[in-house]
Amino acid sequence: MSAAFDAGLAVLLFGVAAWTVASRDRFAAVVGFVVYGSLLAVAWLRLHAPDVALTEAAIGSGLSGVLLLGAAARLRGGTEARRPAAGLRVLAAALAAAVAAGIGAVVLALPEPAPTLAPLAAEDLDATGLGNAVNAVLMAYRATDTLLEVVVLVLAVVGIWSLAPDARWGGRPWPRHEAAADGVLPFLARALTPVGVVAAVYLLWVGADAPGGGFQGGTVLAALWLLVVLAGLLDAPATSGKRLRLALLAGPAVFLAVGLAGILLAGSFLAYPPGWAKALILTIEFPKTFSIAVLLGLLLMGAPRRSDAA
Amino acid sequence: MSFALDLFTVAAVSAGAFFYLAGSVGLLRFPDTLSRLHALTKADNLGLGLLVVGLLPQAPSVRSGLGLVAVWLLVLLTGATVSQLIARAARREPRRA
Repeated sequence: MSAAFDAGLAVLLFGVAAWTVASRDRFAAVVGFVVYGSLLAVAWLRLHAPDVALTEAAIGSGLSGVLLLGAAARLRGGTEARRPAAGLRVLAAALAAAVAAGIGAVVLALPEPAPTLAPLAAEDLDATGLGNAVNAVLMAYRATDTLLEVVVLVLAVVGIWSLAPDARWGGRPWPRHEAAADGVLPFLARALTPVGVVAAVYLLWVGADAPGGGFQGGTVLAALWLLVVLAGLLDAPATSGKRLRLALLAGPAVFLAVGLAGILLAGSFLAYPPGWAKALILTIEFPKTFSIAVLLGLLLMGAPRRSDAA
Repeated sequence: MSFALDLFTVAAVSAGAFFYLAGSVGLLRFPDTLSRLHALTKADNLGLGLLVVGLLPQAPSVRSGLGLVAVWLLVLLTGATVSQLIARAARREPRRA
């Protein structure tokens, strides 16, 4: 029975992927991509990787989908995309097929049993105070990678802001969304926000022992923020605001501070003194989640385009 | 007792699947945006509702049962909102509907 389900899922994945690539309409292709991401999340669940599934649904499908939708909307009405020359298309198809074949060959050629560090990661789980090996890797064994991921997000937002013309620098991104008196969107924003905040904090907290964590919780918070701004209940922030910039940097700054303290207290960067791991990880996680929410929200709002500063 | 519960699950989930099928057929075959939306919301609300009701007896704990009901309520809320938004957009731009 489950084999039939998996086979159906695989066929659907291939079908949606092919349709997304073949679609001539930008909007339809983006919708196809979002559906593909959601199906992929189910596939990760079937592979017993709920952490990856959550991330795929939140970031791969949701966040990237909205980014692509925004891009497709901005391209609309511009010059129609010219079809690249036949030779170029064949070349691109051949290159993509070669990459796919290469990945397939590597996956199929993996030795049985596959090489894994999972037993090692599980062995020292107690020392981290966490119950979820995935987040132990993210927050303890390889915390440097996670720190760099957050820093990359900060750099991405700075990069997007720098696309603003000089006169708009420090202004607000997005057009002002007016709340319609009979609007259903303000209602949804009001009804959903309390539920969503609870869900986000839950995702963050439960990440210690079960699938979840700061990135997933932060994505939920970012989505809520965008919903509230879209509904017109709040204006997009002025990017020159001191408090906004503080919110951007709080996460990475606390992360770095704990990391540097590790040099003094435990002998190396981002090392946790014995017995303090869980407390320090939580100290990092809360501001990090908050900063990720602000960063992801700003990433989607794009470059400042209104000069009315705060 | 557990046999009766299993039977109930099979019946309710099958009914839910039927509404999904009917909603998908309607989405593909109905002539305009508003009636397609009508078909779609039946699948979302009734289909998912029946699935949840059917799965409730199989839930391992009261907590996970409540979780299932919460999922259904959230989908009701967002589904209704999104279909309102699409319907209003379709009425504003009837040519593209």
